[in-house]
Amino acid sequence: MKKFRILAVMLVSALLVSSLASCGGTSASGAVKVGILAPLTGDVAQYGIAVSNGAKLYLDEFNAKGGLQIEYVEYDEEGDPAKAVTGYNHLVDQGITALIGDVTTTPTLAVVEVAKADNMPMITASATAASVTYDAESDAVNGNVFRSCFIDPFQGTKMASFVQEKLSAKTAAVLFCSEDDYSIGLKDSFVEQAGRIGLEVVSTEAFAKGATDFQAQLTNIAAKAPDVLFISYYYGDVALAAAQAKEAGVSATLIGADGWAGIMEVLTDPGVIEGAYYCSGYSSDDTTPAVQEFIKSYQAKYGEVPNMFAAQGYDAAKVIVNAVQKAVDAKLQPGSAEFKQAVIDNLKATSLDCVTGHITYDEYNNPEKDAVIINVKGGVETFWGKY
Amino acid sequence: MQFLSQLINGLQLGSIYALVALGYSMVYGIIMLLNFAHGDIIMVGGYLAMLAIGAGVAPAFAVMISIFGCTILAVIIEKGAYKPLRSAPRLSLLITAIGVSLLLQNLALLIFSANAKPFPGTSILPSGSVSIGGLSIGTTAIITIVVSVVSMAALTLVVQKTKIGKAMRAVSEDTEAAQLMGIPVDLIISVTFAIGSALAGIGSILFCCRYPLLTPTMGSMLGLKAFIAAVLGGIGSIPGAVVGGFAIGLAEVFVNSVGLSTWTDAVVFGILIIVLLARPSGFFGRPMVEKV
Repeated sequence: MKKFRILAVMLVSALLVSSLASCGGTSASGAVKVGILAPLTGDVAQYGIAVSNGAKLYLDEFNAKGGLQIEYVEYDEEGDPAKAVTGYNHLVDQGITALIGDVTTTPTLAVVEVAKADNMPMITASATAASVTYDAESDAVNGNVFRSCFIDPFQGTKMASFVQEKLSAKTAAVLFCSEDDYSIGLKDSFVEQAGRIGLEVVSTEAFAKGATDFQAQLTNIAAKAPDVLFISYYYGDVALAAAQAKEAGVSATLIGADGWAGIMEVLTDPGVIEGAYYCSGYSSDDTTPAVQEFIKSYQAKYGEVPNMFAAQGYDAAKVIVNAVQKAVDAKLQPGSAEFKQAVIDNLKATSLDCVTGHITYDEYNNPEKDAVIINVKGGVETFWGKY
Repeated sequence: MQFLSQLINGLQLGSIYALVALGYSMVYGIIMLLNFAHGDIIMVGGYLAMLAIGAGVAPAFAVMISIFGCTILAVIIEKGAYKPLRSAPRLSLLITAIGVSLLLQNLALLIFSANAKPFPGTSILPSGSVSIGGLSIGTTAIITIVVSVVSMAALTLVVQKTKIGKAMRAVSEDTEAAQLMGIPVDLIISVTFAIGSALAGIGSILFCCRYPLLTPTMGSMLGLKAFIAAVLGGIGSIPGAVVGGFAIGLAEVFVNSVGLSTWTDAVVFGILIIVLLARPSGFFGRPMVEKV
């Protein structure tokens, strides 16, 4: 009798396990589940909302075509690394088989640490730090992590060459946040490239995260009178720093990277960044048909012109859905280890025409594409060209 | 020359801290309450000015609306949240102040969302700079320092030379004795809150003109720094709050200017610890004698 009872328990638990296993990755309707992790509220919500809107636009378009259905689950991590990890675990519990996210660098790095162990295919639309896909300590590529944006070194290097070649700058200064990976990454690559091409960096000034006062640093910079001032941070702080730069008597041309996107919305006086240049992965003034078509459908859905983050979110979704589709075509079980590995292999082999250009991946899982240079002229952001 | 520029930066930041610190110190002096909602009054002032200018009100009126708004809000908070607890233990009052602070922050979060909003600072204070002997000084810096000094001088006059000021000093000295002498204690306490918050309203406008970005939590760090300034100078003391404010502002700017920006807050709190070890009641505070 006792033996029978044990057998019964074993049978029941085996049944339970098998039923649980079969629900991983697919829902009742047979759709594949993909997670979207982004800050939808908080200080960096502007990026998160744009990325998520872009990604959802592509997913909805894809589902509308019929065939494979992708079900997406969204989680708001508020720009906080700890909440991002909680969010990731929550999404895994929901049975996702691939992840679009995270959005800003620091929370993304936190998620990468956990996702690596799960070999979860993930693509970030906007985390630009080199360390997201490459672990310098162990000299290993984070095989499961991809992105649809440029990396920090790429932008810093580009901008240093750009100001020397196109703006004939001789001297430069850098203002950066010493507690942020994105900001430090940009500063390092800018200074390194400047040294290589003979652009003299006369001053590098740091500020703490959350600081609102940059007057002391800007006064030091003004005393050195550089040709250009590279502010390697996000739009909110850049807006504050730019307003104070004018007060402190800094006459340098301001330059920046993609963290500047959205700056016009937080500036009361656009005059403080008049003549500034920053690089970006995308411009809505780009006349390529693919870009214009994307803008039209985005506007129809959300009633606003998409920014770079929306475009990269759209591309991130496109790249990962393409990889998932191939894995499904290969008749693999969504959610299984083989499925995830197949998605990763397919991502690595990506060669797709996207909104922000033709995407292929290099050995470090970084996309290879051209940068767009944006110039602020007459108080509006204008498309300067590709560089 | 660069040193002079940094000195002016420090004075500008310091004068804002001093204005806010005065509010902390006055309220503490009169009812022994650390009014942690004081920083959030500044945030409310910023949003009020933004709304007023957005609605097309002339900048001068928008400033008035913001200052009056802060004053009225503070009196409402005092009457609604603090007065019923006048005879309760001081800890209850402190917890209530923290509660009011959270309430204001979350209300702002609900109404204005977490996204930063640009503050129309340039329509209130024109940006630009004046050059004096090769030294370039921002106009906001000059106006901030002048407005603060004038406000503080006016406050000193009110406290030292008027009847209301005399009553305030009396209530702060001994509430019960003041009441016995026929001083309307409740009214005086409300007036103290009102004056402190009007100063916070002025501080709010000056702060927002310098850092033209509004967020629901912008008041908390500013409030904390001003609180430190008040403690440093000797809480309850008006000249103490002013000296403390300038000390903190100058310390921050000089730490930033030598490239130790990551350590700014550590230095500020470090100064507080050292001063409190050497002089537990701050620069100008009277040593407290526990009555048994």
